[in-house]
Amino acid sequence: MTDPILKIDAVSKRFTRMPGLAERMIGKFTGGGKPVVVHALSDVSLQVMKGEVLGVVGESGCGKSTLGRVVAGIHAPSSGSVTLNGQPIADQRGGNIHKRTTQVQMIHQDPFASLNPRMKVGETLAEGPRHHDIIPARDVQARIRELLEQVGLEGAYADRLPHQFSGGQRQRVAIARALAMQPEVLVLDEAVASLDVSIQAQVLNLFMDLRRDLGLTAMFISHDLSVVRHVCDRVAIMYLGRLVELAPADRLYADPRHPYTRALFASVPTVGTGRGRFETIKGEIPSPIDPPSGCAFHPRCPFAGPRCLVQVPELGALGQGRTVACHLNDGGVELQKGAA
Amino acid sequence: MVDVTVQTPPVETRAVRLRHFWSDYRRSWVAVLALAIITTLVLASFGAPFLVPQNPYDLAQLDWADAFLRPGQTGSGGYVHLLGTDNAGRDMLSAILYGLRTSFVIGITAGILALILGISIGLTAAYFGGRIEALLMRIVDLQLSMPAILLALVMAAMLGQGVPQIVLALVVAQYAYFARTTHGAASVERRKDYIEAARSTPLPTRRILFKHLLPNVLPPLIVVATVQVASAISLEATLSFLGVGLPLTEPSLGSLISNGFKYIHAGRSWLSIYPGIFLMVTVVAINLVGDQVRTVIDPRNSR
Amino acid sequence: MTAALEVKGLTTRFETRAGHVTAVNGVSFAVQPGRILGLVGESGSGKSVTGFSILGLIDAPGQVTAGAVLVDGIDLRQLSDDDLRKMRGSKVAMVFQDPMMTLNPVLRVGDQMVMAVRVHRAMSKSQALDHARKALEIVGIPSPAERLRAYPHQLSGGMRQRVAIAMALLHSPSVIIADEATTALDVSIQGQILAEVRDLADTTGAAIVWITHDLAVVSSLADDICVMYAGRIVERGTADQVIGHPRHPYTQGLLDSIPALHEPGQKLPQIPGSTPQLSRLPQGCAFRPRCPRATDLCRTDPPLDIRDEQAVLCHHPLERK
Repeated sequence: MTDPILKIDAVSKRFTRMPGLAERMIGKFTGGGKPVVVHALSDVSLQVMKGEVLGVVGESGCGKSTLGRVVAGIHAPSSGSVTLNGQPIADQRGGNIHKRTTQVQMIHQDPFASLNPRMKVGETLAEGPRHHDIIPARDVQARIRELLEQVGLEGAYADRLPHQFSGGQRQRVAIARALAMQPEVLVLDEAVASLDVSIQAQVLNLFMDLRRDLGLTAMFISHDLSVVRHVCDRVAIMYLGRLVELAPADRLYADPRHPYTRALFASVPTVGTGRGRFETIKGEIPSPIDPPSGCAFHPRCPFAGPRCLVQVPELGALGQGRTVACHLNDGGVELQKGAA
Repeated sequence: MVDVTVQTPPVETRAVRLRHFWSDYRRSWVAVLALAIITTLVLASFGAPFLVPQNPYDLAQLDWADAFLRPGQTGSGGYVHLLGTDNAGRDMLSAILYGLRTSFVIGITAGILALILGISIGLTAAYFGGRIEALLMRIVDLQLSMPAILLALVMAAMLGQGVPQIVLALVVAQYAYFARTTHGAASVERRKDYIEAARSTPLPTRRILFKHLLPNVLPPLIVVATVQVASAISLEATLSFLGVGLPLTEPSLGSLISNGFKYIHAGRSWLSIYPGIFLMVTVVAINLVGDQVRTVIDPRNSR
Repeated sequence: MTAALEVKGLTTRFETRAGHVTAVNGVSFAVQPGRILGLVGESGSGKSVTGFSILGLIDAPGQVTAGAVLVDGIDLRQLSDDDLRKMRGSKVAMVFQDPMMTLNPVLRVGDQMVMAVRVHRAMSKSQALDHARKALEIVGIPSPAERLRAYPHQLSGGMRQRVAIAMALLHSPSVIIADEATTALDVSIQGQILAEVRDLADTTGAAIVWITHDLAVVSSLADDICVMYAGRIVERGTADQVIGHPRHPYTQGLLDSIPALHEPGQKLPQIPGSTPQLSRLPQGCAFRPRCPRATDLCRTDPPLDIRDEQAVLCHHPLERK
């Protein structure tokens, strides 16, 4: 559990939306019509160890889903690299992404959208392994039954279409589809977020069982802090495209160090703490099109000082496998000589 | 390893879905009537050789003495000409049914070919995006900004008379509608997670296009196709009426109307009016069926 | 004190291909002024249909077939369409999950709020604008005068939801019904809005029905909780009773499946099976096939068992610890 299998190295991802012809022409007079650049990821470095489940947590616009898509080979990073066992996951060829590995598989949030509504579940499971010769052709049918049973469905369901399944069952099918490729790393993007509480527990149990039996390595992307605490070994907290804190789950939940992590924990409603207690973060989440200068969290941070307005905090080690990107942890928030 | 008792999903076979489709479809009696009319017309036109007394293509069966018989009169063949005869002594009912057959063949062939061409262009543009998309869709837009009849006229004039030429002219005039619809539907589907899942598996592009994208953009296209068949039939009739379509020796509804038009002021209005009625009924009925299919398959109307 | 909202035996049926489906089945509850009732349930439990039924917003193929909805003593179901429309927006207001259901995308926030004010009240434009600005202030919108000039698309999701809540507040309604109003928002924004809503109930005395799937939200927001399953309210009580000492096995199961209440990595206690389809409900108690306490007795309709105002629809309720 100590060698990194997946390395995310200084990855940035920018999405540029070019204005249309009409916008450019109007822009000539109004001064608009310029390309809009969204900074989805800025200089993110992470490593995932073999057999580890790494949680990635944050609110909308924090880049967690983009990070998942870069790792799954759906987007190519604008700069930096993602490697699996030393090999890049995808190449950018002209305007298209060419994924080079079948070893990273993704499970999407909405099982109503992630299965082809007009393809039988058995075919959905079989097409990937068949195309990549992962399962010998004559074993495909047997393997599909086995996979369906492994995720708690009946083998006979292979002949059904997705709309004949409930949400929880579809998410099981999506998990089976990923497992069929015998991946080394799973990327789960909000994989239980759209499920009912009782179904969510079933799918989380399934995930934990599979992880134990198959020794899965996974990146578990979620906005739900309690789900992440339950299934993850380490947790990365992201804010506006940057990694702000990374720590083993138990230490992070016991003692969050970044002011954002603390505020996030405080604003989550929990069962049984009594009513009317909301500690809230003030202000809105800034837009990733125009992120604040310095530390992106400074407009909402109760501890922000002059240094936070001008200097982006670096990730610094705190010991015990923890890192945090905050000026509070590297000499305070006041402007220091030569710091700016 | 998983101790969950999962409720059995309801079985829904193709037969059940078809039954549901029909139970929704028949909620409009107008659409049911339209479907009945279309079915009758298709059967009657393709079964024409067995139904009508005369083969209007066979000049040997025509008798000049029978020219311009009024509807209901009995001719030299000893049978009643229900819809009268034309200037060459052709039985109008026979001519109309044979003509309808030609119209259906042309309309359906042109519709299917335009569908295939349009789907290829629309899918390619939507999936690959970027410059390819911009180029293809600009061509399509350019063409959609021109009236289809104009394009068909120019094509027909260039290619000359005959069934294959007309079909080609109609395909060129109509594929753009399919390309536009395909592109619209595919651009929506392409962003859905199941396409992303297929790309991240990764599956080859050809498979994603034809096994994932295509089946999911087909339903709206079927509706467009129905309506376009109707429009192809009336376009063909227009071309034939204007004299650039089919010759009178291969009667289509258009050439029949055109032929009869010469005599309309001579009190022989049946020569134009009956083929005209058949053309109108056919086109309206196909459109009604198309509209009802659109209503039924629209997920917003599903129960 | 009379209840601001009292719902009695509300029943809503839908006509589907599979026959009649009872989406809301004899639902009864009351909300006092200034209190928040959390209506919790999973998808298909009928919680949203209950909200729509209260407001008379059920369209064909659905129909409210029985029951009474009393707002300040007036039965909404007896009103004419015209009178009902007057009640909606003035006495009773609704907040949806998607604020764009309320907001008109092509009008400035100020203009549509002014229109909403003047529908029910004779006021000059400037008075109405002033009124709208105050409503925005109540829901904690910074620089409200500026927001009034904005179009909905220029606001963030959280801000839009606040505007939708402010619009619901314009006529100081006695009852506000909110359907998954914070579900689509980020936790930090949700926290802010929940705090405002709590404040709102306390200061304006509005009775609020907060419909959600999220037990954690209701447990920190609501005074009373109703738990719905397959169209029925299966448990009703104060928030402390329902969360602290659930008596229905379903409520217990829901609470048990929340990861936050367990050691990390432990297997979660789970409710087996999936939520039943309303068209194929089992006989008797709808929860029977998934219930660990079910017996043959559960094939008959479960009785209403009330203890200390905590009501539960069950043959074998859990005893209070």
